[in-house]
Amino acid sequence: MGNIFQMSWLIPVLPLLGFLILGLGRNAFSRSVTTIIGCGSVLISFIISALLFNEIVGGSIAGNNIHFFDFLNISTLYIGFDFKIDQLSGLFLLIITGIGFLIHVYSSAYMKEEPSKDFARYFSYLNLFIFSMLLLVMGSNFIVMFIGWEGVGLCSYLLIGYWFKNAAYNKAAQKAFIMNRIGDLGFLLAIFWMIAKLGTVSYDEVLSAENLARLTATDITGITLLLLVGATGKSAQIPLFTWLPDAMAGPTPVSALIHAATMVTAGIYMIARANVLFSMAPITMNIITVVGLATSFVAATIALRQHDIKKVLAYSTVSQLGLMFLALGTGAYTAAIFHVMTHAFFKALLFLGSGSVIHAMSGEQDLRNMGGLKKSMPITHFTFLVGCLAIAGIPPLSGFFSKDEILAAVFSKNSVLYYFSLIIPFLTAFYMFRLYAMTFLGAFRGTDEQRHHLHESPLAMTLPLIILAILSFVGGWVGIPDVLMHGGHKLAAFLEPVFQKSNLMAKSHEISHATEYTLMILSVLIAVAAIVIAIRRFAYYSKNSEEAKSIGKFLENKWYIDELYESIISNPLKYVAAFMNNMIEKKIIDGVVNGTGKLVNFGSRQLRWLQSGQVGSYVLFMTLGLLLLLIIKLFM
Amino acid sequence: MDIKAYIVLSLILFTIGIIGVLVRRNAIIIFMCIELMLNAVNLLLVAFSRMHATNASVNHVAAANDAQVFVFFTMVVAAAEVSVGLAIIVMMFRNTHSVDVNFLNRLKN
Repeated sequence: MGNIFQMSWLIPVLPLLGFLILGLGRNAFSRSVTTIIGCGSVLISFIISALLFNEIVGGSIAGNNIHFFDFLNISTLYIGFDFKIDQLSGLFLLIITGIGFLIHVYSSAYMKEEPSKDFARYFSYLNLFIFSMLLLVMGSNFIVMFIGWEGVGLCSYLLIGYWFKNAAYNKAAQKAFIMNRIGDLGFLLAIFWMIAKLGTVSYDEVLSAENLARLTATDITGITLLLLVGATGKSAQIPLFTWLPDAMAGPTPVSALIHAATMVTAGIYMIARANVLFSMAPITMNIITVVGLATSFVAATIALRQHDIKKVLAYSTVSQLGLMFLALGTGAYTAAIFHVMTHAFFKALLFLGSGSVIHAMSGEQDLRNMGGLKKSMPITHFTFLVGCLAIAGIPPLSGFFSKDEILAAVFSKNSVLYYFSLIIPFLTAFYMFRLYAMTFLGAFRGTDEQRHHLHESPLAMTLPLIILAILSFVGGWVGIPDVLMHGGHKLAAFLEPVFQKSNLMAKSHEISHATEYTLMILSVLIAVAAIVIAIRRFAYYSKNSEEAKSIGKFLENKWYIDELYESIISNPLKYVAAFMNNMIEKKIIDGVVNGTGKLVNFGSRQLRWLQSGQVGSYVLFMTLGLLLLLIIKLFM
Repeated sequence: MDIKAYIVLSLILFTIGIIGVLVRRNAIIIFMCIELMLNAVNLLLVAFSRMHATNASVNHVAAANDAQVFVFFTMVVAAAEVSVGLAIIVMMFRNTHSVDVNFLNRLKN
């Protein structure tokens, strides 16, 4: 145990150092130096995380805490700045640093046209993000998690608004941050509730049997609901999901890292951490299920009709997050974490691939102007295809195993829900292959100038794609369900210590092997059907074959949800703000402040007349003053 | 004699002195009025001293002569102040060729 465990503080500190060095010295470094510092810090973190993971798998570390310093120490409340290294955090460490490193390498090529100080600024923000995310997953109490939580929200804002000269991008960044904040309020309230009832925020203590017994059912439901609000904000569920598609304003590697692989999974992580608490609150679990399914459905339908390559992927992310929430809601925590892992692989792959496409198309993002890129970008095409197959859930790629586990869990909980959920894989496969077909198949629909510029991306961009494609292919093999291979679900065995209490509490009906085979075949058939239909429809897409029917228009405009929010929430707030400004700010407060100035002016002008220069009047005032004093002395 | 008479006389002299200081324009007259005020006070001091002495001799107790000594003090102060004041008036005359205090308005505004 000893050595690596003691060094685990380095894992978040190295990216923090990278952030400080690059942030403070951004005017001084060249692009190569920035790349080395930025990528190097994450690489070393990844190596240490891998060694740590090795120890965890070997069983020598399980849920141990490292104490750094006392964060808050007053008589009734103690919060220590501690890290908890266990199976769950170890797994997330690998995902964050590993995929983070690949994206750093990719970014060094993608962003190379930026001036070197903006380039350094970008890498410093990326490093800060990695630091915050690591803090989030490594914390051993809700407060350290919250620090990381806020940090990733901040970095999301900084990175989405990276090209800050564009006002629309700034608005998107603000939208992301503000919606996140709304969720954070829920999280904070949950923490306060915990402190009020239990006097502690540490995972070990809050989730211990004695403390849980002290909470009433209202407490548990309340705390879990508030934690859920926090998770919906961060993981883009209904109603706080509209920030994620807008967040595509940021550079594509940012979208890959933050909005596909890491930040948005923070909500899932939080619920998985507090799994015991959630398992004791069936009402909340039902709400999570409903929210997850609804979000998944709504986002999938919107993705069907989007024309921007990144927007399709954004809604796809929201939809897949909905699936993860659905898994959490039915108590299948391992399935949700499994899907987090596989989703990180193939979604990052898809985003990076789309970045490669956008690069080749000289910044074009509209699907209607792409097509036939198969010939000009073979590596991107092949890896993108792997990603699409993974997300559609075709065996033996990773998406199949994780998605199937979720669906099996839903079926064993409630078979009616299962039939509703079946539409999600269909829609997923459909819109993904619509994206694939419109981008890579058929004839090129762009301008001639774009056609000349088409090229495969450099190695720094294609190598991460290849690595992620390999991971998307084999990543599911750690979670082969029992029906196919006895003892094949290594991930479940690995995460068992984290989830065992919840698993004991869950009343799950075992489904027979025959049923499970049927479910698997059913989902594969649905996916294949969707793929075939999509390719047939969109492989020879031409621009004029698009009529916007009523439902189509509804989906294209994102169910008009943004407009709804604007009319219900933004506009009333703007009216109140305008009223406050005109009435209170201008008339009252300015009136008082300006009035005081005018009063002083007036007073001083009057007082000036005293200085007449006449000696006589001076003597008069002297005598009057003396008289006054005498009178006061006599009569007091 | 009744002490009241002396008090009234002293008051009247003092008031005349004050009003003279406030109203008159000639600097020398103002100084005369200041002297008037000082002398009114001297008068009062001496009168009271005499009253106390008379009372003491009637009631067979010792009487102090503090007030009479204090009169010396006031006279000394008056003399010093007059010398300084007249010097100022001479300077004033040299600058403005008049002893009218209303002409000394360089501190205006």
